[in-house]
Amino acid sequence: MSDKHDLVPEHKPGQSERTVSTRAMELAVAAALMLVAAVVMSDSWRVGAGWAVDGPQAGYFPFYIGVIMFVASAITFGVHVLTKAPDLSNFVDRSALLLVLKVLAPTVGFVVLIEFVGIYVAAAIFISVFMVWLGSYSLVKAIPVGVAVPAVLFWLFEIMFLIPLPKGPLEAALGY
Amino acid sequence: MTKHGFKKSLVSMFAGASILSIGVALPDDARAWEPTKTVEFIVPAGTGGGADQMSRMIQGIVQKHGLMNQSMVVINKSGGAGAEGFMDVVQDKGNEHKLIITLSNLFTTPLATGVPFSHEDMTPVAMLALDNFVLWVKADTEYKTAKEYLDAVAAAGPDKFQMGGTGSKQEDQIITVAIEGATEADFTYVPFDGGGDVAAAVVGGHISSSVNNPIEQVSHWQGGRTRPLCVFAEKRLEVEGDVPWGDIPTCEEAGVPMKYQMLRGIFMPAGVDQEVVDYYVELFKKVREQPEWKEFMKSGAFTQTFMSGDEYKAWVANAAEVHKKLMTEAGFLAK
Amino acid sequence: MLMESISSLFHGFGILADPVNILYMCVGITLGVLIGVLPGLGGANGVAILLPLTFSMSPTAAIIMLSSIYWGALFGGAITSILFNIPGEPWSVATTFDGHPMAQQGRADEALTAAFSSSFVGAFLAVIVLTFLAPIVAEFALEFGPAEFFAVQLLTFCSFVGMGRESPFKVLAAMMLGFSLAAVGMDGVTGTLRMTFGTVELMRGFDFLIAVIGLFGVGEILLTMEEGLAFRGKSAKINMRVVLQTWARLPTFWVTYLRSAAVGCWLGITPGGATPASFMSYGLARRFSRNRQKFGTGEIEGVVAPETAAHAAGTSALLPMLTLGIPGSPTAAVMLGGLLIWGLQPGPTLFIEQKDFVWGLIASMYLSNVVGFIIVLTTVPAWAAILRIPFSIIAPIILVMCAVGAYTVHNALLDVSIMLVFGVIGYLFKKLQYPLAPLVLALVLGDMAESSFRRAMLISQGEMSIFWSNWLVGLICLLAMIMLFWPLIGFVLDRLNTRKPAEML
Repeated sequence: MSDKHDLVPEHKPGQSERTVSTRAMELAVAAALMLVAAVVMSDSWRVGAGWAVDGPQAGYFPFYIGVIMFVASAITFGVHVLTKAPDLSNFVDRSALLLVLKVLAPTVGFVVLIEFVGIYVAAAIFISVFMVWLGSYSLVKAIPVGVAVPAVLFWLFEIMFLIPLPKGPLEAALGY
Repeated sequence: MTKHGFKKSLVSMFAGASILSIGVALPDDARAWEPTKTVEFIVPAGTGGGADQMSRMIQGIVQKHGLMNQSMVVINKSGGAGAEGFMDVVQDKGNEHKLIITLSNLFTTPLATGVPFSHEDMTPVAMLALDNFVLWVKADTEYKTAKEYLDAVAAAGPDKFQMGGTGSKQEDQIITVAIEGATEADFTYVPFDGGGDVAAAVVGGHISSSVNNPIEQVSHWQGGRTRPLCVFAEKRLEVEGDVPWGDIPTCEEAGVPMKYQMLRGIFMPAGVDQEVVDYYVELFKKVREQPEWKEFMKSGAFTQTFMSGDEYKAWVANAAEVHKKLMTEAGFLAK
Repeated sequence: MLMESISSLFHGFGILADPVNILYMCVGITLGVLIGVLPGLGGANGVAILLPLTFSMSPTAAIIMLSSIYWGALFGGAITSILFNIPGEPWSVATTFDGHPMAQQGRADEALTAAFSSSFVGAFLAVIVLTFLAPIVAEFALEFGPAEFFAVQLLTFCSFVGMGRESPFKVLAAMMLGFSLAAVGMDGVTGTLRMTFGTVELMRGFDFLIAVIGLFGVGEILLTMEEGLAFRGKSAKINMRVVLQTWARLPTFWVTYLRSAAVGCWLGITPGGATPASFMSYGLARRFSRNRQKFGTGEIEGVVAPETAAHAAGTSALLPMLTLGIPGSPTAAVMLGGLLIWGLQPGPTLFIEQKDFVWGLIASMYLSNVVGFIIVLTTVPAWAAILRIPFSIIAPIILVMCAVGAYTVHNALLDVSIMLVFGVIGYLFKKLQYPLAPLVLALVLGDMAESSFRRAMLISQGEMSIFWSNWLVGLICLLAMIMLFWPLIGFVLDRLNTRKPAEML
């Protein structure tokens, strides 16, 4: 298969691969979960977390779920703070992280674009850009694929299944 | 089926209504406005419920008989007891290609959740029908009349009998509260996800009674498993056919002085021209004339009142008042 | 009664002999597979969308087509689960656990064959139950009230949850996160808004499918990216021989087949649904299999169990719909609406008054299952070949499909962004060894279990004794407890077994 189009992390000699330690990420995620748990508990307390005569109130289960989540995450947090042999290994290599961001960034762009030009045009741009930028395809190859996929989706959803997906000015100009 | 007809239905299946209905554009010059693109039909409830069924029925009738030159798509927006669907219409001022079918959550949801919308933020189009509610108990219980049953509930004391219904702080629970207001009875209200589940819970003996719509219980009744005690309508149901709907007394006759019917009506966004509204009123009048619609009304024992214009507006305003009163008395208002 | 069923069935096949009905069946299956493959666009949506289009057909032709769409969607759900780790349908989440690792090892065709064959067997066993036991089994469904439903959900949970290699605190945290997300939105019992913080957008809550598309699908793409690899299955040889080789292995799992089909039929009829059935069946298979250590790493039995159960449940869910008017699944709920629209009243009288319809439908289940099986099986090489497409073409297409899928669940644009956030969470959790399966199970069952529990409490006025008030609910609760403590029980049994020989020496 055309391996030149597949992505391989590029190791540039001399550049550090260091990002953050696994321990730092463990602490961050555990702290985030504790925060979520705190939000869950406070909102459940607001709607009533007691046990009324006819069974639990609306906030009863969520409140205790929040408590368990908080305690479990606090233990994870504590373990990673107190451990004598912290996992200081690299969480993700810099080159690998760049590759992840290279996918994530255009995807975020795609989702934002849907709001303005509709899902079909956004998809066409996204697929073409992705192929050219990350797959090093020529525009001659990328544009037909980029146009064909949304076209098939349009036929499938708007015409065959009658499910309206988000549309933008182009579709409006075409009468949809 | 002939070869030709078969081909035709295949085409319609693949291409939706558009191809079929283009060929049957109506030669009616009097009508100035016509839709120029697909009409979205919002259902502020999930797939499979009563409102969803009715909207898909309408969609099917419009397509099959080519009543509109554009197609109609049904979109479910059920979040927050329908708040999501209503907000979508309220915020889309001036959109001539959007309709919404309502159930009682038009009145109850803003009161119960505090989401700010009301019938006044939309343009009323037409009332299609009124859905009825019937008090049901299991067939092997000794209660033959609503009075006997409710007296037994009152005698047993609070929370000994259960009334099942769909959803919380919606029509079924409002009816339950209204019954409690009109009699000495005191129920535990048990909310379920759908009318079919409620009906089965009565049949299975897990709850004592329900206020199911006729269509949800008719088969259990005809199968000898449940018994209707009274109907919460102004007068007895008038439905042709084998099912003896007319034999069920109204609750007022049975000594329970209350009534409740649920609006099945159409609204659209505010800020649209009168001729647009007129177009849709005409459309729904045509839908009502089709045999499929008549059959549907019969099987669901609906009350077939049709209203539009000021008459409809006044009905809705009055219903909003009634709901506000009931919800306030029951303590269901959002804090 | 047996003879009567058989002759009615033949009568049903007679109705099917109409070539138009056969054609509708094929069209339905093909559309269904398509709907199943597209994530988000579930069987319920698919049937609802096509319902008005079946208006001009006879009820028999219409239900044949709609139920064929349903079978097609059941088959199709497995495809993207295995190939891309994206469950096309909620009930194929459990299929990803072992199906996707198999695809990564270059065994996509094997996994697909196993999935389709298991679906076929599951549905077939369920149809047999439907044909011969319909009236008896339907009565059983009525025994299930809120307390019984809660007991079943508890059992699903207990049979699935087990301690894996991950830290128990991380398992707990992930599971509780799932429960918390399930609680967002409107509380079905009191109508209270929970954790919506005044926004209308949050009122619809976090849908299971959107979370799953993000956590599994998008998360997987990010992980694949990090390793800088194309999908690893691309070098697989693709031919029909693999199908035969896989078939040769499948009969050895006959116990799993029977157990999964039984679980599926039970949950379809009562009606718990195909999704809990697939999780419970996977959990049971992992608990009782000789290869339980290998589950999650590409064990074929881990594909067989959930697929068999999901299809058995999906099929048998039609039974309470027809006989009682209770939908056993969301799709069945939509079809129920269809019956009413065509002027048919589901319920005990349907089997007497509408013989043609009922037996035509049952006969069509046999036939469409076979036809569907043949259709999907012949496409195995084609599906497996998708993995040969270079990553930089297929990845953006998958991401577009994920976005479309997330949107179609509730017609809401915000859901697409939420899906992306779940993708990042999925990536982080995977890297830090937080398990995703308990999170997903909690998300799908949390809401249902809480509602059933509180409904039961309302009925009993807060008395917990309702959970052992009759033999049925007591038995299910007992089973749940046995399942929960099975690792402990197994440990004790092992000890006893090893000690005995030692004492004899």
